[in-house]
Amino acid sequence: MEYLSIFFLEVYKILFLLVPVLVSVAMIVWLDRRVWAFVQKRQGPNVVGPFGLLQSLADALKYIFKEIIIPSSSNKVIFILAPIVTMTLALIAWAVIPFSATQVLADINVGILYLFAVSSLGVYGIIMGGWASNSKYPFLGAIRSAAQMVSYEVSIGVIIINVLLCVGSLNLNDIVIAQQNMWFVIPLFPMFVIFFISALAETNRPPFDLPEAEAELVAGYQTEYSGMMYAMFWLGEYANILLMCAMGAILFLGGWMSPIDVYPFTLVPGAIWLILKILLLFILFALVKAIVPRYRYDQLMRLGWKVFLPLSLIWVVLTASYLFYFNLLPVN
Amino acid sequence: MIAHAIFFYTFSIIAVVSAIMVTASKNTVHSVFFLILDFISISCLFIMIGAEFLGMIMLIVYVGAVAVLFLFVVMMLNVAQQKNQWFAGQQSSKHIPVGLIISTLIFFEIIIVIGGWKYKPEIFDINNSISQTSISNTHSLGQILYTDYIHVFQISGMILLVAMVGAIVLTFRQRSGVKRQSYIKQISRERAEGVEVLEVQSNKGVKIDD
Repeated sequence: MEYLSIFFLEVYKILFLLVPVLVSVAMIVWLDRRVWAFVQKRQGPNVVGPFGLLQSLADALKYIFKEIIIPSSSNKVIFILAPIVTMTLALIAWAVIPFSATQVLADINVGILYLFAVSSLGVYGIIMGGWASNSKYPFLGAIRSAAQMVSYEVSIGVIIINVLLCVGSLNLNDIVIAQQNMWFVIPLFPMFVIFFISALAETNRPPFDLPEAEAELVAGYQTEYSGMMYAMFWLGEYANILLMCAMGAILFLGGWMSPIDVYPFTLVPGAIWLILKILLLFILFALVKAIVPRYRYDQLMRLGWKVFLPLSLIWVVLTASYLFYFNLLPVN
Repeated sequence: MIAHAIFFYTFSIIAVVSAIMVTASKNTVHSVFFLILDFISISCLFIMIGAEFLGMIMLIVYVGAVAVLFLFVVMMLNVAQQKNQWFAGQQSSKHIPVGLIISTLIFFEIIIVIGGWKYKPEIFDINNSISQTSISNTHSLGQILYTDYIHVFQISGMILLVAMVGAIVLTFRQRSGVKRQSYIKQISRERAEGVEVLEVQSNKGVKIDD
């Protein structure tokens, strides 16, 4: 009986987190398209509901009623598993995101490692989908994305080391609290820029959307997918983008902390500040999509391995020596 | 404790079954997917015994990076064909004795280590130094790794570096006649050197040199 009540309490908490995340994923797709449209002097989706807010809902409804086609030569089990893996991995990572000092589903000691691990697992959904489709374009897309995501993960890992040097803990709440006096975006600004660009590459966003480059690969790994399975890939992708924005907000923009530590601002709940910061980063993501042309593949690899990796490694050495020399290392 | 036991047996059964499936499944790509499942369930077991840092590092390094490259290679090489022949018994294998010797060695090594852990715990002094501290797993690991075992740590890093350099040297080939992209040249290109306006005479055409 005791187990059952714990079980239901946890399920309630998980639903309380997941339902808003899913709704905001739908809203964020609308926001993405709107920002993209405004940059190009178009209106974007503005018909369904007020300001077109319900557009994503209408799209989802359309996908639900479409037929799911499974190619006869595909590897069926893996073909069906791939979108499920993408979606699940994008959602389970939200368990460790702190919305305030206490509002966190799992306040684990190695929170940032968990986030990093889950985001590095995200590549499997794409590889599985691309391979199981048993077709040339999805396979090429999958191989491209595997190489791309593994490359940019390395620099994200090194950037995380930079932040951890300043914090001295892997717990996400500790990382947020360590930014009480100054957000890490100020001392580690170059790292923030590299993190932002790496996050674009890690989530396959333009200008690094080579795995689904429509001019070369039809739709990359998604080519053979249809109906709700395609929609799941798409939802998982946007949930991943939101997650990367949340990671950036926590690592560099002070997470749930209010920007100014004075009276009327501290009254606002931490969740609102975190959501505002995520939105700010997301609008930057959307603007980049609208204004930057797609990279060539060799340029992408060069940027990851020859520019970002050495730069972030040098910055690790700099941060560590600075902290050591001025005796600022967080030792407890 | 019941919940703990349920989780433990679930993860360990998944780990063992998927480890068997790695060798038993006929499709090589399936083998790699089972290997990934095995890694994930092992890291869950690590987390269950309180070694959350090891579990996460296992996920990041093995599942997030090594297995991806593994999958990459297996998908590119068409090894599935070869394996099927092997299973059908068409190809008499010379690898079975070698495999048997290695697996027997590993088996005895594991027995020695686990037996030693069980009956002579004082041999493993790391075991004691971790459990005495009340700080988190990551902290205690760092305190041991960067003080008492710093040389071992540095040597293992050196071995990895040598392996990396060796792999690059072995696979690097200097090929002639390959067109290379020079980024500085591409970025610093001006309109004046790229575009030329010519007066084309009728029936003459233009000679383009590259």
